[in-house]
Amino acid sequence: MAQPEIKLGEERRGGDTETMEINMGPQHPSTHGVFRAVVELDGETVVKVVPHLGYLHRGIEKIAENRTYHQIIPLTDRLDYMAGASNNLGYCLAVEKLLGIEAPPRAQFIRVIITELSRISSHLFWAGATAHDLGAMTPFFYMVREREQILFFLEMITGARLTPSFFRIGGVAMDLPPEFHDECMKFIKAFPPRVDEYEALLTENVIWKSRTKGVGYLSAEDCIALGISGPMARAAGINWDLRKNQPYSSYDKFDFKAAIYNGCDAYDRYRVRMMEMRQSNEIVRQALEGLPEGDYSVTMKGALKPPAGEVYKAIEAPRGELGFYIISDGTVQPFRMKIRAPTFVNLQSLAKMSEGRLFSDMVASLASVDLVLAEVDR
Amino acid sequence: MTDVTKLKSAFPDVVVNVEEYRGDVTVILKQEAFLPVCTFLRDDPDYSFRFLADVTAVDYKDKTPRFVVVYHLLSHEHNQRLRLKVPLDDMNPEIETVVNIWPTANWHERETYDLMGVKFLNHPDLRRILLPYHWDCHPLRKDYPLEGKGEE
Repeated sequence: MAQPEIKLGEERRGGDTETMEINMGPQHPSTHGVFRAVVELDGETVVKVVPHLGYLHRGIEKIAENRTYHQIIPLTDRLDYMAGASNNLGYCLAVEKLLGIEAPPRAQFIRVIITELSRISSHLFWAGATAHDLGAMTPFFYMVREREQILFFLEMITGARLTPSFFRIGGVAMDLPPEFHDECMKFIKAFPPRVDEYEALLTENVIWKSRTKGVGYLSAEDCIALGISGPMARAAGINWDLRKNQPYSSYDKFDFKAAIYNGCDAYDRYRVRMMEMRQSNEIVRQALEGLPEGDYSVTMKGALKPPAGEVYKAIEAPRGELGFYIISDGTVQPFRMKIRAPTFVNLQSLAKMSEGRLFSDMVASLASVDLVLAEVDR
Repeated sequence: MTDVTKLKSAFPDVVVNVEEYRGDVTVILKQEAFLPVCTFLRDDPDYSFRFLADVTAVDYKDKTPRFVVVYHLLSHEHNQRLRLKVPLDDMNPEIETVVNIWPTANWHERETYDLMGVKFLNHPDLRRILLPYHWDCHPLRKDYPLEGKGEE
């Protein structure tokens, strides 16, 4: 067999360069799960990205059609396991909308506390893992320290660290444990200085800035056209937070700001998430202080059979608009349940963010999506 | 709640029905000529539904029409939502793509094709997205069993 002709640098630059296809994933560490992208490279420049999904597809929508409404709750926190409570909340609110009921005020506040704690834990893990992807090992340990505390709280309330399944249709499973209030207050006081610590590690860090500033650029128009929601959209200056704009579960009773930045890049997505952690901490404090007395659940008798009809309910999950579209035919099982998973939609922007850019920036772009494959594949 | 009077008067032949349930407004459209309605809803300043939240399909099994494609729209400007439903022809479940109106529809439509078997005409890249490429069934259809046949 003839040896292939080896072309040296000068000659190759003459215009006959070939592109190379490489496989990123399904086991690549930066994909945080099993996601595979076939990347066509010209030198170090990305020419084309073709994502392949579905390695984690469990058919949750199909399973849900064959379960009763209450049995579906544990399926939902297996979607976005980094913030399981958000998924439970979105689902419960959708069924409550279908039934035309509302959880009692105390239950709504307990839901907010748990959901916002999950949001902090999700953002913490995101920031740590992203910094790790981009070469900074230290922040991860700091962030996991606080995340561990939140998981401890979740375990204290719900008995589970990642998959709480604590919300019920019409309320929550039980009241907050008596020791929770003081423990959580301690955490809330200690947390903002900790965020300052993380920011001291990253926000003005030269390497961090050069790896994320201007990387993964998506303008506001692109975001809307691609259906992008959540921190990615807010980092492009889109003033849209469902907790503010279409309040649910008493969010209108709390004083907080939606985190908006205008950089359209991975750096501002980081800043949005940092700001959101501070805001969430503030919401938890207000909810704990103003926790109303009363029942933690409505009483429902007999099998849960929502009247025939269909609703779409969306909430602001840590990753964007999480929607549940449920069709009831009047039986104990939903006729159809469609989950609008935020990362499934946000991930679509990967090609737009990375094509024409350096390959190493693709890791930052992908990380800035805040990928949870269990939610993408459902 | 979204006011659809203007939409109805602009497209009296395409809008079949308007339903409202628990504050959600659903507009049922005829499959022929539903694309201009989408463009209108996106561009008209009274609607500005520039954000397509979701595309999916429903299999009504024994009813006619069997398949209905569902679009969930959101307008940031007016803070309103709207649901469009387009019933399909039973023999031939296919519909024009809306990728040219809302680019986000690309993956949504691929997913709907993958799991429900609805074809989107003129879609730039209509491949399966969640299931393996060699799969030959559409598992969200009601006649596909929960377990047994179809598993590898």
